[in-house]
Amino acid sequence: MSGYVQGIAILVGINLIAVLGVSILTGFTRLFSFGNAGFMAIGAYASAIMTTKYGFPFIPAIIISAALAGFIAYLLGALTLKLRGDYFLIATLGFGESVRVLFAYLEPITGGARGFTSIPNYTTFSITVISVILAFIFAWNLVHSKTGRDLIAVREQEAAAEAVGINTFASKQLSFVISAIYAGWAGALYSHNLTFISPEMFNLAKSSELTITTVIGGLGSLTGSVLGTLLVTLLPELFRSLASYRMLIYGIAVVAVITLKPDGLYGYRELSLSRILSHFKNRKRNVPREGSR
Amino acid sequence: MNEILKITNLSKHFGGVKAVNNFNLSLREGQIHGLIGPNGAGKTTIFNLVTGIYKPTEGTIVFCNQDITGNKPHYIARLGISRTFQNIKLFSNLSVIQNVLIAGHKDISYNMFESFARTGKFRREEKQLQEKAMMLLETVGLADLADKRANNLPYGHQRKLEIARALALNPRLLLLDEPAAGMNTEESKELVTFINNIKEKFNLTILLIEHHMDVITNLCDVCTVLNFGETIAEGSPASVKKNPLVIEAYLGEEYIC
Repeated sequence: MSGYVQGIAILVGINLIAVLGVSILTGFTRLFSFGNAGFMAIGAYASAIMTTKYGFPFIPAIIISAALAGFIAYLLGALTLKLRGDYFLIATLGFGESVRVLFAYLEPITGGARGFTSIPNYTTFSITVISVILAFIFAWNLVHSKTGRDLIAVREQEAAAEAVGINTFASKQLSFVISAIYAGWAGALYSHNLTFISPEMFNLAKSSELTITTVIGGLGSLTGSVLGTLLVTLLPELFRSLASYRMLIYGIAVVAVITLKPDGLYGYRELSLSRILSHFKNRKRNVPREGSR
Repeated sequence: MNEILKITNLSKHFGGVKAVNNFNLSLREGQIHGLIGPNGAGKTTIFNLVTGIYKPTEGTIVFCNQDITGNKPHYIARLGISRTFQNIKLFSNLSVIQNVLIAGHKDISYNMFESFARTGKFRREEKQLQEKAMMLLETVGLADLADKRANNLPYGHQRKLEIARALALNPRLLLLDEPAAGMNTEESKELVTFINNIKEKFNLTILLIEHHMDVITNLCDVCTVLNFGETIAEGSPASVKKNPLVIEAYLGEEYIC
């Protein structure tokens, strides 16, 4: 594989991990967060500081920085998850922005607005692939278990979820923490891929890009999130010349998805080989019937 | 027979409105107790107080010798009180069987890490829960609709699905909020047999709110009549129906001769 293709694949993989986190949070629990770039920033900076200043090996640095992002989400969630939907969203938005400003302000540690330079390039293709596979399997097994059913119950009908014995607050908090761990994980891979990070990379546009990708791909579907990430990461690469119109196109895409296909590309179901095969089988069966009409 | 639920001096005030005032109830194991009264009498408020959705202004609720006053709904549900809602609250975008699976806590003991690793325990418990859910759906007669979306079911089936979901918690006390709402005489007769069946099969104690007097008469051992948050009569359905206070509450005083 050429270096360019590998580079793109790594980028897709990193975005996918962050998007899977948002997918669990937004697609399966219906909590909207516009602060996940903040958790990515925490993962990116924490891991970069650990590897450059304290000589940590890469893998422990990823694990610790992802755990740190999760821990901060736990504290933030304890404060804000009792708020109703829109207010929680605003709180996460404020959190994401304050993380960005904080990192710009802490110049001696983070390099401030000029950025954090000379991070070793540790994010190899194989580490990214292994991370993506692990992240996907964890997310899949989580969603297809008791825990996942609790999250879906919270999404569908909160009052009924409480009435059947689900601690809705704990479920929301778990979902928020997992999405932050995924964001921190992606952030650690991101900083060691680019070798340079600045607070501006983790702004509101990045947070909304993650949510937009999840919505375009389809809420309540992990495979939908994979499709969405492929689309949102690869299309700008193919149409490089239109790069400055990226956010405009995202915006139009979201409006189009919400009005034309509210469930997203592949919402509330998972892509599976058997489903695709049965779809084709049904089509074949339909052909003679149409012909006989 | 043991006392399963004891409510003492329960009050709930919303500002100046006394939705429930000084309500007392003692429920013995295996009983079916009816709660009747005109609209706005405070019946559903009592359900919401027992299941922890509201915190009482005053009074105590004791379930199986444990004080549950002011506890969280999910905690109370896991102790063994499950309920249905007056305006059905299903997980309407999910399939019928998923609705039941979601409520199966008591049958799941694996933790998150065991579900990540897909251990033998995980597979075994998931399979057992699946079988139990099918059994419950068979009991309420929805087994062949297991894969349908819940909001595509007709109204009566949705009510039965809500009961199946409540039963998945292995409750000891079942609270039914107007199970016969919107049913005709035929259907409510069938409902009486159905409730008696599940009561025997799952060893339940039942507290139910109902407006259909035929359902109350055929089903309840005891019933309590509420009006404006106050208890105005209690006793067997037959004796309650003759009580002049009850007739006044339902029909107005000029009907008493």
